[in-house]
Amino acid sequence: MNVPANLKYTKSHEWAKLEADGTVTVGITDHAQEALGDIVFLELPEIGRKLKAGEECAVVESVKAASDIYAPISGEVVANNQATVAAPETVNHDAHAAWLFKLKPSNPSELNVLLDATAYEKVAAEG
Amino acid sequence: MGKHTPLFDSHLSAGAKIVDFAGWDMPIHYGSQLEEHHAVRRDAGMFDVSHMLAIDLAGADAQKWLRHLLANDVARLTLPGKALYSCLLQEDGGVIDDLIVYFFTPGHYRIVVNAGTADKDLAWMRLQAAGYDISLTPRRDLAMIAVQGPNARMKFWNAFPASRGTSEMLAVFQAAEWNSWLIARTGYTGEDGFEIALPASEAAKAWETLRAAGVAPAGLGARDTLRLEAGMNLYGQDMDESVTPLESGLAWTVDFKDKGRDFIGKAALEAQRPTRQLAGLMLLDRGILRSHQKVITARGSGETTSGSFAPTLNQSVAFARVPMGIAVGDEVEVEIRDKRLKARVVKPPFARNGKSLIQERTT
Repeated sequence: MNVPANLKYTKSHEWAKLEADGTVTVGITDHAQEALGDIVFLELPEIGRKLKAGEECAVVESVKAASDIYAPISGEVVANNQATVAAPETVNHDAHAAWLFKLKPSNPSELNVLLDATAYEKVAAEG
Repeated sequence: MGKHTPLFDSHLSAGAKIVDFAGWDMPIHYGSQLEEHHAVRRDAGMFDVSHMLAIDLAGADAQKWLRHLLANDVARLTLPGKALYSCLLQEDGGVIDDLIVYFFTPGHYRIVVNAGTADKDLAWMRLQAAGYDISLTPRRDLAMIAVQGPNARMKFWNAFPASRGTSEMLAVFQAAEWNSWLIARTGYTGEDGFEIALPASEAAKAWETLRAAGVAPAGLGARDTLRLEAGMNLYGQDMDESVTPLESGLAWTVDFKDKGRDFIGKAALEAQRPTRQLAGLMLLDRGILRSHQKVITARGSGETTSGSFAPTLNQSVAFARVPMGIAVGDEVEVEIRDKRLKARVVKPPFARNGKSLIQERTT
């Protein structure tokens, strides 16, 4: 399991990365893609949609099952990754490169309450 | 911990992800369900199906009893080794299970039933055995391996060259004994291949020999997408006690031809005027069909019973129980989360023998 130290994590298996321009990139963790199996379909939030932390905002479907994705922090969607939508299997190949969407945070301090890599490894180890 | 088949350790050493299936710890995949699916459609894969139960039937009344027990008619079986697919019905026509019965002699058959229903089936069969000269012997001492795919038979013969003389002449749905094995040209994938029943003690070695011959282990995940593409029902999902074969796309398995034959459920089926049917759906919009989604049609609503991404078609398909009168070519809508997506009614199978059978591709 690959859990980069420079990312923040949620208990619901999303990762969040604060970019230099102040936006936050969101994806699913390596642990999540492994648990889901072959990913074949993604539904991502529209650009401009305002999300609250913890809000259901995307769906990742593997051959096996559909899984809801939650906004790690509050903010407005400023990008969604059409390259990943066109090739959902790239999430299996590299869950950190195949990001899902970017948020402009409405309250950047929410990032501080997310899990760090060490804490997330424990969550993932528990299933 | 669930029950283990004789191949459990083989699965672990092949890197299987294990899940519970009807009380059995079974491999869902060995890394990639998609790759396993494609291996079976394009080359050769193998499944551990030892969780299913073989029941040997013997006795002077064996044929007479089966003609009463099963909706399909075993009198069709005259060639030793020939097999028949049938439903096991309640008096009201509800489906207790679907099964395959192999004919050896009029006094000797083998019945293979689903894992999740095995105890229920055996109890029902024993109840129905009263007054017949028959005996039922569950064969938990056997393992079963399904080797499936366009190259499955060739790779099987490469692995077991001495079996070729016995198994080469087998027609589809025919089996032959080879030493302590039963080799049957049957399957649940829409591809050619064999299903082998063999002593549990020989299973792990046979599995390794097949692997060495280039047969890829495939899990229950691929088994499900393959059977769905092939248009084959899954018991517990596409039919159960609450529906009859006539509402489940299985009318072809109910044999009314011999007017003198009285089988369990016959009267109920003859009286039934089905208002629902099982249809194939192909999703036209982007998304994935799953079981238990609401289907909206011009003649009322229905529900998907099995649905998945279909790897051979690269789009999503389903079975759905919809009102009678809905026909192939009709457009319906399926509720997926908060959306209604368009789907077309199509005639299963969706894919077999390596190819998509659905011409129309709309995305």
